[in-house]
Amino acid sequence: MEQTYAIQLEEITKTFGEVVANDKVSLSLARGEILALLGENGSGKTTLMNMLSGIYFPDSGRIFVNGQEVTIRAPKDAFDLHIGMIHQHFKLVDILTAAENIILGLDGGRLNRRTVAEEIRTISEKYGFDIDPNQKIYEMSVSQKQTVEIVKVLYRGADILILDEPTAVLTPQETDKLFAVLRNMKADGKAIIIITHKLHEVMAISDQVAVLRKGKYIGTVSTAETSPQQLTEMMVGRAVTLDIDRPLVEHQTPRLAVQDLTCVNGEGVTTLDHVSFTAMGGEILGIAGVAGSGQKELLEAIAGLQKGTGHILYHPPHPDQPVAGQHVPVNPQGEELLGKSPRQIRDIGVSLAFVPEDRLGMGLVAGMDLVDNMLLKSYQEGRGPMVDRKTPRKLAEQLIEALEIVTPGVSTPVRRLSGGNVQKVLVGREIASNPTVLMTAYPVRGLDINSSYTIYHLLNEQKKLGVAVILVGEDLDVLLELCDRILVLCGGAVSGIVDGRTTTKEEVGLLMTHVPGGKEEA
Amino acid sequence: MREPKTANHREPLVRIAKRSDISQGKAWLIRAVAILLALLTGGLIILALGHNPIAVYKEMITSSLGKPRGIRETVKKAVPLLGCALAIAPAFRMKFWNIGAEGQILAGGIAASYFALFWYDKLPGPVLLLVMALAGLVVGGIWGLIPAFFKAKWGTNETLFTLMLNYIVLGIVRFLQAGPWGPGLNPTSAYPKIPMFDDAARLPQVFGVHIGWIVVLLLTAVMFWYLNYTKHGYEIAVVGESVNTAQYAGMRVPQIIVRTMLLSGAISGFVGFLQVAGASYTLTESTAGGIGFTAITVAWLAKLNPFVMILIALFLGVLEKGADTIQTVYQIPASAAEMLTGLILFFMLGCEFFIQYRLLFRRKGARHE
Repeated sequence: MEQTYAIQLEEITKTFGEVVANDKVSLSLARGEILALLGENGSGKTTLMNMLSGIYFPDSGRIFVNGQEVTIRAPKDAFDLHIGMIHQHFKLVDILTAAENIILGLDGGRLNRRTVAEEIRTISEKYGFDIDPNQKIYEMSVSQKQTVEIVKVLYRGADILILDEPTAVLTPQETDKLFAVLRNMKADGKAIIIITHKLHEVMAISDQVAVLRKGKYIGTVSTAETSPQQLTEMMVGRAVTLDIDRPLVEHQTPRLAVQDLTCVNGEGVTTLDHVSFTAMGGEILGIAGVAGSGQKELLEAIAGLQKGTGHILYHPPHPDQPVAGQHVPVNPQGEELLGKSPRQIRDIGVSLAFVPEDRLGMGLVAGMDLVDNMLLKSYQEGRGPMVDRKTPRKLAEQLIEALEIVTPGVSTPVRRLSGGNVQKVLVGREIASNPTVLMTAYPVRGLDINSSYTIYHLLNEQKKLGVAVILVGEDLDVLLELCDRILVLCGGAVSGIVDGRTTTKEEVGLLMTHVPGGKEEA
Repeated sequence: MREPKTANHREPLVRIAKRSDISQGKAWLIRAVAILLALLTGGLIILALGHNPIAVYKEMITSSLGKPRGIRETVKKAVPLLGCALAIAPAFRMKFWNIGAEGQILAGGIAASYFALFWYDKLPGPVLLLVMALAGLVVGGIWGLIPAFFKAKWGTNETLFTLMLNYIVLGIVRFLQAGPWGPGLNPTSAYPKIPMFDDAARLPQVFGVHIGWIVVLLLTAVMFWYLNYTKHGYEIAVVGESVNTAQYAGMRVPQIIVRTMLLSGAISGFVGFLQVAGASYTLTESTAGGIGFTAITVAWLAKLNPFVMILIALFLGVLEKGADTIQTVYQIPASAAEMLTGLILFFMLGCEFFIQYRLLFRRKGARHE
């Protein structure tokens, strides 16, 4: 008996130069079904879906929609086939309203604002969206923007929906809301593909799970008959433990005291609002918050890259501590870091390590090789006009060995390395500078499971040495397992600091959107 | 409800894909094919003008490389190109698009000319030349510094800024020609021209070419060292790749921008000194003569590698000398000769696209026929 699938892919192959992004991938999806496309970063999930939505064209293989073979050359073709994709990065015009964005690019002649708004309301009610058609995009939260994206493809008649990592930017509460909507759409007979690498979400929402690994199609299993452990094995190729270690360091001393820190950006928007906290040596302090709540600015202010008011006081480690050795003594009462440039901070003997969010655009130089990237921290050392490349070369070789960095050699531009290896180069270099404070922003974003655990391990090692580790994260599950304390930012203000061992995901999720006793975030 | 039209679509005829990597051999093959195609296209033009392309090409080569005199002419054309490409290299490595080398050459030329015209009888020969060189370096440097200062301080667009400065300095040269340094100095002359320099203000020659060629060759090695092995060179490269990274690493970005453009302008100004003291022995509107722009092509084709620039500058020297010769030998108009040069450059720059990307054609026997 032949079943007609909404979508059927047959042996799809796509290569980029030498890289095989998709190697003979086949999968199928029926109406009224949610398929989770699971795989680590770089396994080819997004590439595969981009071929369905007309952004890429497959090298070989066949695509069937409703049993009929099709050729999708451009997004317009996908749209004609009623395939709609919601990308990870929203494609909306900020200064237009929700309704205007939804009809953008459609044949304008027949459109009537009132009927459009009416239709949007009908769609919203049908599936349980919460949307105001006349609200401007720039006034919306991330989750509202996502809603607009989804309504947009529905308005255009899509009945096959592809969502690329939709929960990456959402709080736990918002995720629950999205899943409720997806279940409504499923009940309505829509076919839905959701790209993700979060296992618990796969288990919560999907009917079928298709697993990709390094571009290869591993298999499809029914969600009801599988377990997170089995899925991980399919994804990684071998058994892995999913527990994250959280050692307790008995002796903690204050390292960084941030007091009343306020930053205003170039457009006059307050990015940090009277932030106060103390980071201890020997702990991992997690920083949680909806994207853009001031995480970036906070780390940059400490690193000397942002101007602001208030105080950032640095307390050197006790001379007995293992991290103490390499430092020029600074004022034991606390040395003010705010207002100093990165070089001035270094010059007074404070060893800050900073792994920024933008690895290739800030932490590293993409076009330079490993040696020259090691040089970034040390190029001023030594006298004379020449740079010394011997020491960095040795450091690069050591890191390749110690962190199992996969690279053709030390002379390969870091741009050519995979995300995990790029991050190992960056974290490795920062740790090699013997820091007393280690700040990392989204250190495992884009990394495979194996690399992620290497990074967690490195952070724990630093913590045990007495380093104050500050970790900005997006995956609450990881923050809850790894951090000793979690500071939650909301709209640039601290909405709470909770104990990582006793708090719950719900508590942190609530703090992410509400400042207790204060105003509610729009 | 579903439109079947999509099913009838065919795969697009040509698609463009980025190459992840290309072997050196293949890249050079593409370049060779590009030059061949350029020569073929140029040959068609020569044919249309009623000449034998092979004979014309042969004349271009033999006139520029065949006889010692031709070689000297070629080198004379290549020296300022190489010098100016070296000047542009650090700025371009920093992604500071200095298209004002033309003006910086003239600025340096004016400064050197001042000493040549008014101090030739007051200073002993070698000192006079040194002072002229120094004046070229300093004034060229200042001319390069102005846009850098504004960029570092207020983030102005350096492309427009450096370009506009070219016209200002060109205006100054015209003013000097028509007034104080032209008829003002030589009232008997009927033309608004700046007089020829005294012998004391002329560069000595080595193997028949002014000594500048030795200086420029030395400068090539120094620039290679500066860009690749010094702290300054490293800073320039980091700023060029990412200003964010440079700040993150504690570099003083504004200072680096200003310093580098001072250097870039100074070398251009020095080229201006070479032009007035070594090539034309006077200052004219065409002292820079497009060198500042052609040097961009040299620097770019050489991928900012100083040693490769020697080859490219010589190659362009051959083209220009050859173009000069065929004008006289075959009476091919100057514009047509320049067209040939332009064609070859166009193909050489254009082929870089095919080195970075490849075209995928629709496979034979594709589906939905």
